[in-house]
Amino acid sequence: MKTLETQRAHAVQAWNGLQNSARPVVYVGAGSCGLAAGAAEVVDSVEGYLAKKRIGADILKVGCIGPCYLEPLVDVQMPGNPRISYSNVTPGVVGELFDSFFEKGEMFRRHLVGHFGKNGFRGAPKFFEHPMLERQVRIVLRNCGIIDPENVDHYLALDGYKAFEKCLSMRWSDVLEIVKNSGLRGRGGAGFPTWRKWLVCRETKSDTRYLICNADEGDPGAFMNRSLIEGDPHAVLEGMLIAAYTMGASKGFVYIRAEYPLAIKRLKSAIVQVQELGLLGRGILGSEFDFDISIKEGAGAFVCGEETALIASIEGKRGMPRTRPPFPAVEGLWGKPTLINNVETLGTLPNIIRNGAEWYSQYGTETSKGTKTFSLVGKLRRTGLIEVPLGMTVRSVVYDIGGGSIKGFKAVQTGGPSGGCLGEEFLDTPIDYETLGAAGSIMGSGGLIVLDRNTCIVDTTKYFLNFTQAESCGKCVPCRVGTRHLANILERISQGKGEVVDLARLERLALAIKGGALCGLGQSAPNPVLTSLKYFRDEFLSHITDKRCPAAVCRDLVHYRIITDKCTGCQRCVKVCPTGAITGPRSEPHNLDMSKCIKCRSCYEICRFDAIAGDAIVIEPGA
Amino acid sequence: MPCDPFAEAVKGFEGDLADLIPVLQRVQGAYGYLSPDALRRISRWLRMSENEIFGVATFFAQFRFSQPGEHVIKVCLGTACHVKGGEQILDVLKRRLDVEPGESTADGRYQLERVACLGCCALAPVLAIDEKVYADTSVLRVHQMLEERENREDA
Repeated sequence: MKTLETQRAHAVQAWNGLQNSARPVVYVGAGSCGLAAGAAEVVDSVEGYLAKKRIGADILKVGCIGPCYLEPLVDVQMPGNPRISYSNVTPGVVGELFDSFFEKGEMFRRHLVGHFGKNGFRGAPKFFEHPMLERQVRIVLRNCGIIDPENVDHYLALDGYKAFEKCLSMRWSDVLEIVKNSGLRGRGGAGFPTWRKWLVCRETKSDTRYLICNADEGDPGAFMNRSLIEGDPHAVLEGMLIAAYTMGASKGFVYIRAEYPLAIKRLKSAIVQVQELGLLGRGILGSEFDFDISIKEGAGAFVCGEETALIASIEGKRGMPRTRPPFPAVEGLWGKPTLINNVETLGTLPNIIRNGAEWYSQYGTETSKGTKTFSLVGKLRRTGLIEVPLGMTVRSVVYDIGGGSIKGFKAVQTGGPSGGCLGEEFLDTPIDYETLGAAGSIMGSGGLIVLDRNTCIVDTTKYFLNFTQAESCGKCVPCRVGTRHLANILERISQGKGEVVDLARLERLALAIKGGALCGLGQSAPNPVLTSLKYFRDEFLSHITDKRCPAAVCRDLVHYRIITDKCTGCQRCVKVCPTGAITGPRSEPHNLDMSKCIKCRSCYEICRFDAIAGDAIVIEPGA
Repeated sequence: MPCDPFAEAVKGFEGDLADLIPVLQRVQGAYGYLSPDALRRISRWLRMSENEIFGVATFFAQFRFSQPGEHVIKVCLGTACHVKGGEQILDVLKRRLDVEPGESTADGRYQLERVACLGCCALAPVLAIDEKVYADTSVLRVHQMLEERENREDA
């Protein structure tokens, strides 16, 4: 145990040194979203600047801190000053930003988000008082964007692996008691009490037990697990150690999507680091506890989020679910008791063990305790990764945190392809497992996709059914054939070829699939249909009876039109039109030949963003 | 002696059934796709029928059975990308490259893929060319991106 102690002492010193560094420190948000927004180019240009000016400074690549719409985020920490964060920093801004600090010795004012100091700093706002962050409670995300995820010392310095050490000095049943009292429920979607699953697994007699961390984040529109692993991989590994110790597993797997290369890389390096610290292997820290972790890359199948399908794919088979019972906790991987927990569930554990059950359960509602991360995306002003106490209302999340929709809020979609769209009447509904379930949706893993008035509910529902149809493993008829028919009927409606009786057909079929499908994928696949029909029936009817898509989305039910009064005849749309549907001489309003138009949107976008006058082309409902 | 990529790919595995998917992943990593010949070799190595291996490989979206184009363009059609117009971005690429998703262009330069989610939902709609992810794309930007690439090649 000595080595871990010395390493931690060293880590604390290094971390404090970084906070009070005599050299400037530059932090760049370099998670997947930061990189997509151009963080790599920003790092290059920061390095170039520092080299050119011969300035000695440290550059730290940190994970995602949450407000992805502000990426790339660059923080500057000058000696003696707090860390100050800047948003949307492009290579073009870097020169000016750094000149201000290094040449003029002034705080740069543009692009400023806020500072990380405890007290005020030159009138700058505090970072965590930003409207997107102010109402959040960051427990599982506490280190994301703060520490260098590839440096285990940072994690150690912030009480890392202390919770696991504490567990080793306790009986497994006492650890279980803490988790039970904390009220933690599975964060993967179903919300099953974590402790109960552990206990079943522990009480099943077996020589071997397995723990699987489910990082096969398949829900389209959700990226919480990716961000957590990229930003703080050790939190997940420590959670795995705690879970394995409590339920008696000797071997762990992280089942992670191959589409997340950065997360895989971070996990791999983190596993090597914990091995070096003696936190994996035989007789960990002098105890009798043995544990090892391997990574299994998922090969791309949504159904593998289902526990039995996930197990089949680790065994090298087609990822098809089987009937339950026996549940994996009794008979799982290679026939042994297997516990499958979501990334977020595991990442939360160290916080609960360190701070106690009571502390954790102060957040949340009576039945849904603690906090939950969500990927807040879609049609709203502020998008990104958030963590809020369960029970917060939809309104607070969408308006206070997300800033609302520019074009007017229509609905929020929760639970991905297994969930549903909840409209305005749900704005004051608290977000917890029970309430969302009662509304016909589910909590799911945490995707919150906001839809505005320009989003069509029929189209969105069709999207989900096409998705589940494509991802259905084909084993059971209700799901394989049923989802195909649901998708076909929705396609017909979106083309304006639906009949009123189709709505009854949809409902009947949806209920049949729900009752008859083998696994969670099939049983929940009809949820988007049922909720949309319940809350947005009028929108379906206008597609059917008026042949009209009110949101002007369904391609067969919209037309493009040039407003002749606005068109200056700049010819940009003529050039971009792939079918020659737009004609007209320069400086005169152009003509659009509807018979040639394929509604590809090219002219519409060029007119809005690139034309001389702009906004002369509109997309309107009606064929 | 030139090294055999197949032997490299199966190095360190014991030949259990559980090794099948990781081996398929590594073989595809080495050759770019799973050729009939590669599947035959895996079958002999694992002592498992080609039929069964093909059954597992075709189940998962990751595996390809034909030579991919030089650059892979992945259009994200996760929920956030869908509601922000990802479908139309895919259409533009389909038309301009004259391919369907899963196919490569006649000159072998590009491979078009539609993917369920790249996990950059807050910056939707996104697409990736090889490993680089592009945020906040649009029909217009796709036109520009392709033209820039063409111009660069001409130059």
